[in-house]
Amino acid sequence: MKCLVLAGALASLLLSACADLGVKPWERDILAQPAMQLIDSPIEASLDDHIYFSKEASSGGRSFGGGGCGCN
Amino acid sequence: MQLVKRHHNEAALAKPSAQSHRNIAGALAVASCAALTVAAPSLHAQGEPGEWDFEVANLLYAESDSRVNAIEPVFSATRNFDEGESLNLKAVFDVLTGASPNGATPSDEVQTFTRPSGSGSYDVEANQAPLDDTFKDTRIALSANWMSPLNHNWDYSAGVYGSKEYDYLSMGVNAGLTRYFNQKNTAFNMGASIEMDSIDPVGGARTPFSLMAAGGDEGAGSDDKAILDLLFGVSQVLGRGTIMQFNYGVSYSDGYLNDPYKILSVIDDAAGANYGGNYADASGNNVYLYENRPDSRLKHSLYWQVKHSLDSGDIVDASYRFMIDDWGITSHTLEAAYQWRFNQSYIEPHLRYYQQSEADFYRRYITSGDYNDGDFTFTEASSDSRLGDLTGITIGAKYGWSMGSGNQANVRLDYYVQSNDGDSGFGKLASQELYPDLGAVMMTFGYSF
Repeated sequence: MKCLVLAGALASLLLSACADLGVKPWERDILAQPAMQLIDSPIEASLDDHIYFSKEASSGGRSFGGGGCGCN
Repeated sequence: MQLVKRHHNEAALAKPSAQSHRNIAGALAVASCAALTVAAPSLHAQGEPGEWDFEVANLLYAESDSRVNAIEPVFSATRNFDEGESLNLKAVFDVLTGASPNGATPSDEVQTFTRPSGSGSYDVEANQAPLDDTFKDTRIALSANWMSPLNHNWDYSAGVYGSKEYDYLSMGVNAGLTRYFNQKNTAFNMGASIEMDSIDPVGGARTPFSLMAAGGDEGAGSDDKAILDLLFGVSQVLGRGTIMQFNYGVSYSDGYLNDPYKILSVIDDAAGANYGGNYADASGNNVYLYENRPDSRLKHSLYWQVKHSLDSGDIVDASYRFMIDDWGITSHTLEAAYQWRFNQSYIEPHLRYYQQSEADFYRRYITSGDYNDGDFTFTEASSDSRLGDLTGITIGAKYGWSMGSGNQANVRLDYYVQSNDGDSGFGKLASQELYPDLGAVMMTFGYSF
């Protein structure tokens, strides 16, 4: 219960802090560009994830860290 | 007249604003859902409703010293619908050939290893890295992802995934939810993925710590593992040209987590002429053991990314990931890219730095004292270099250009070098190269239409 209250308080704090950040709808011209998406090339990102999953011990972070491959 | 003109101007302003608003919502949705799905949906999820967008790519991957070579074509199709929904279908093919380290240490003598099938053997020359040259596989992976708004402030996504290779089958489902706040400047994401994998190795799933028997097949058929992933994230618009993301992910694997083809050398630590050489049992054969990893793994990851558009229009992208697991591994991954934009094209140099610490049970070899003729002094061991201390650096660049009618093409070239470190051995072993560097060249072609 304490954890829930703490999580709620943190979420409220975060939301109120975030309320001051950001832009108005008419200021989204730059952010709307495909190149400004956080993952602007999903296929490339998935190829990278696959390569590094097969060569290193870490995976995931920006997406799920599962496997789907017998390569590691 | 003045009033009418003003209204026209407002309309002119409002139109791109509404479009931009929809685009950023879509962008956030794509970004968040891409982050929440194993097979990320295509960039062209923002295309015109009622149309299919296609994206194809091909990865060519080649390791140094004739190790692994891979060709990996990808086909992705996205259908967009009127209410903002999108369906992405993706197929990935993977053809691998070459030689892979079997985990044994190099030796001052010729070493003979049993092939994974149990029939036949292969020799590795003295002072050479033991590579299994029968490494060959083909893989096909199919995925479908659906993404849709629930209402003005909520999006959801759902996906299925399946992949098959010669000795491995993977099936998974995933789902995600996104909640927007503050005029969609803030988005909270959560997602879950469940995956069931089945492994049916050539020669059977080996009994951990069993001997690599000459000509013998000790496999016990197939085995399986389950993977549960949870991901929680927040993305925040910080300014007109800046967006940031922070994710926490937890991943739990349970089941057969060994690499069925990896073995460990047992090294003689008794004083004498063979000190540091391969340990032979009573029958005179060198002792090699199949690895033995824990049967569960819990990973936590923190991921932070920021993307910023400069006044010049160029884009800076930076990210950091911290990962820690209950195998004792911690890792740090830093990535940075700079997109230098021209009228109809761009050049994007990028850099990736990765560093990990070794797993608690990582051992480059086992000493005969620890082996203790089968009465081990420990419970787990693996010599898989991917579980050791390592540093990986990738440097590369991408060139992209518009081909008219909205079609885009790109080519990307990367060089990856991985250096490993660890216990340098003793006696005769100390003169062997136990941690050779790995170099790989990667070239990707992409085209979207």
